[in-house]
Amino acid sequence: MSPRGHGRNPRNVELFLLVFSLGISMAAYASVGLVHDGVLPTGLAGYGGGLGLLFLVAHLALRRLAPDADPLLLPAVTLVNGLGLAMIHRLDLAYEDRAARAGTHAPTAAAPAQLTWTAVGVLLFVIVLVLVRDHRILQRFTYTAMVAGLGLLLLPLLPGIGGTINGARIWIRFAGFSFQPGELAKLMLLVFFAGYLVVKRDVLALASRRVLGVDLPRARDLGPIIVAWAASLAVLVFERDLGTSLLFFGVFVALLYVATERTSWLLIGVGLFATGSFLAWSVFAHVHQRVDIWLNAFAPRNVSGDSYQLVQGLFGMGTGGLLGKGLGQGRPDIVPFAQTDFIVAAIGEELGLAGIMALLLTYGIIVQRGLRTSIAVRDAFGKLLAAGLAFSVALQVFVVVGGVTRLIPLTGLTMPFLSYGGSSLVSNWALIALLLRISDAARRPAPPPAPVLDDATTQVVRL
Amino acid sequence: MNAALRKLAAAVMVMFGLLLLNANYLQVVRADSLHNNTNNPRLIQEEYSRKRGPILVGGKPVASSVATKDRLKYLRTYSSGKLYAPATGFYSLVYGASGIEGAENSILSGTDSSLFVRRVIDLLTRTPPQGGSVALTLNERAQRAAYRGLAGRKGAVVAVDPTTGKILALVSTPSYDPNLISSHNPARVRANYKRLSADPDKPMLDRALRQTYTPGSTFKVVTAAAALDSGRFNKNSPVYNGAALNLPQTTADLPNENGRPCNPAGQATLTDALRFSCNASFGKVGLDLGGEALREQARKFGFESRFRIPMSSAISDFPNNPNPPQTAQSAIGQFDVRATPLQMAMVAAAVGNRGILMKPYLVQERRAPDLSPLDVAEPQAIGQAMSPASAQQLSDMMVEVVENGTGSNGRIAGVTVAGKTGTAQQGAGRRPHAWFISFAPAEDPKVAVAVVIENGGDATEISGNQLAAPIARDVMKAVLRR
Repeated sequence: MSPRGHGRNPRNVELFLLVFSLGISMAAYASVGLVHDGVLPTGLAGYGGGLGLLFLVAHLALRRLAPDADPLLLPAVTLVNGLGLAMIHRLDLAYEDRAARAGTHAPTAAAPAQLTWTAVGVLLFVIVLVLVRDHRILQRFTYTAMVAGLGLLLLPLLPGIGGTINGARIWIRFAGFSFQPGELAKLMLLVFFAGYLVVKRDVLALASRRVLGVDLPRARDLGPIIVAWAASLAVLVFERDLGTSLLFFGVFVALLYVATERTSWLLIGVGLFATGSFLAWSVFAHVHQRVDIWLNAFAPRNVSGDSYQLVQGLFGMGTGGLLGKGLGQGRPDIVPFAQTDFIVAAIGEELGLAGIMALLLTYGIIVQRGLRTSIAVRDAFGKLLAAGLAFSVALQVFVVVGGVTRLIPLTGLTMPFLSYGGSSLVSNWALIALLLRISDAARRPAPPPAPVLDDATTQVVRL
Repeated sequence: MNAALRKLAAAVMVMFGLLLLNANYLQVVRADSLHNNTNNPRLIQEEYSRKRGPILVGGKPVASSVATKDRLKYLRTYSSGKLYAPATGFYSLVYGASGIEGAENSILSGTDSSLFVRRVIDLLTRTPPQGGSVALTLNERAQRAAYRGLAGRKGAVVAVDPTTGKILALVSTPSYDPNLISSHNPARVRANYKRLSADPDKPMLDRALRQTYTPGSTFKVVTAAAALDSGRFNKNSPVYNGAALNLPQTTADLPNENGRPCNPAGQATLTDALRFSCNASFGKVGLDLGGEALREQARKFGFESRFRIPMSSAISDFPNNPNPPQTAQSAIGQFDVRATPLQMAMVAAAVGNRGILMKPYLVQERRAPDLSPLDVAEPQAIGQAMSPASAQQLSDMMVEVVENGTGSNGRIAGVTVAGKTGTAQQGAGRRPHAWFISFAPAEDPKVAVAVVIENGGDATEISGNQLAAPIARDVMKAVLRR
């Protein structure tokens, strides 16, 4: 019996699971070293200690600041983070070897940077938990979040600090840093969506006419969804960022549906999405090309050119098969951007279908616990925010894994917690902190039932 | 809002379900086809990271994999590259594999289904997988004798064991060094390959198996077999003895090489005709038998079929429906008759083996990586090319060729050798090919040989005896250890 009196203390469960997550992360790191050098990496203890310390800090922060929060989220997130670190390190070694063979300079190792970003992420995680003692205060910042979110989103378009990397103008640079503000903008906009829809949900749920059993909204209420749609298209057009565009619009439509419970909004959303996709496909060469790569990945004209990355990723996954080649024993370094967009292909090659399924199920747990939080929390804002946070992870995983495995066209997003990249990692740690904050509120036991005052009062009156 | 949230959760489940299904489809259903796609660079690397099994001749490796320090862990190395190139072929990063390297790739690389259990054990015990080995039928002494004999010339030698079909020597010159095409440096491999392909002497052509030549007078053995088997001739039957045969329907003649009658002393027999290689006599025999009978006999010896030793040979041809002058020409191995050196060795072998034609083969044994045999070759008869009695008479006739005829250079002291010379005309201005086919010992043959030297002769029948017969003799001696 826990001191809180409602079953097992979730923090103890969490600590127990964190030991597993740390163990798997260290085993992966050790395995990479063993395969590469034949001996355990010398830094194993230090690495495990450092990573363990970070996990512990996050855990202790929860014990103190959100004691009732869901016990599965943190272990799931640290597991993905640790696995990503091992895979990024493994690819670092491959790039170093390749450079050594070619007699060129090896690119800067990404794993140490990723470890640093993990530390920054955990720090931000704690800061969010400290600053946001009750998620409902975020509702006050609904419009501030909108301005900040849109501002961050548009920042890369500013001349001087905006930059184009690999065809997408989604980066800003200053003081030697490059950062993808879109990831942080995602959080801001989720707060805005939740806050805005809480206020407007009653109006937006009003029906005008009933067509084929579906209640259509009033024409004047179409404004918000049209704006979201236009903004998403703008991201696509000006920043050439297919993934972010899809993510924003998808999450907005999902939240609109949750807020109003009107199927008509879903249909309108799907209709707008189809129209937007078709427009983008017919007008923009880069969108058209993505679709061609998807449909004709193995066509000779594409295979060693445009679809090289996709096809090499598929070959890697096919070669990995059921159980994979084993960490460090495949050739995921053949696939361009294996540490970022295509890290899933690297996992599929070396850890096999088993690894991919385990990874997807871990994400599934994160999303499911998020949605459960949303259902359990009592206030509407919390519901919408939790649903938005959880669904954004789900959609992002779907878009990335679906793209890499050729289920849908490639759009270019990072895998939350897994891919190399500071902006993404740090933002996602903040996202999980918010989700845990809401979860703490949702799972907090109701205050001990006060003696039935109402009845007592009534009786007093009767007397 | 909870009802909508539950539906959203269901939608998320569907999304993840699709991802899981698709991953299963990719990594189970399509795994093999993705893995084996020719655009997958992992394939080559895997092949090179396995220790490929050796190709053995007489228990010694002639092709083996040597550990290297580069990314492709093993380098294929050929110890006597040029000598064995027609048999081993090459194993190249850029150009794939040829010869035994290509034909027996599944055993050598260890991917053959017969090695399946072993692969599973290797997987479980984490033993690095290895390839099996392939032992060839080649006789090193015979191979070297043939290669030495052809030195500096363009030509080929094939020696077979008449009673089994084992290929004892398979030589083609000029040869090439497969090490040049098997290095790990693609640029160098490409340059070497281009240079070898552009060489007018075609060093990469396997003349023994893949090149057909006009067989010339060596084909008279086939014509003689048809004559004997027809029942209308025996070895002592009198034959046309003119100095030249007037070709029907034309004004042209088919003259004997020396312009004299076959037997100036009087009556010529079928044996005389073979002994002195009389064109006019054999032209007449061919006309008497008819083109179809000759073609049928040629087919019984293996013409018009492809042999897989396991590399496939070129097909030897006999013209379809020749008219009478063409029939006469064909009867002496001219006109459109074409034969590989392997084919002519098989003709000699079948005569020596009581008329039974054996299937030629180069692989004696396939062995698992632990050297346990997977399968051992068993000799197989293709069919009866001629009756045993006819074969005996033809054998006697061919002994006469060597002992008292044009094939004197085929003689081996203490051994009865049966043979036939050939000088295949190549048309005006081109030097003829010199041929010699033989088997020995005639009464119990252990080896049959065919030797061809491209454009090696002068215009006379002597060149077969002068150039080709000594090589055949040395190869037979090597096999017989004389």
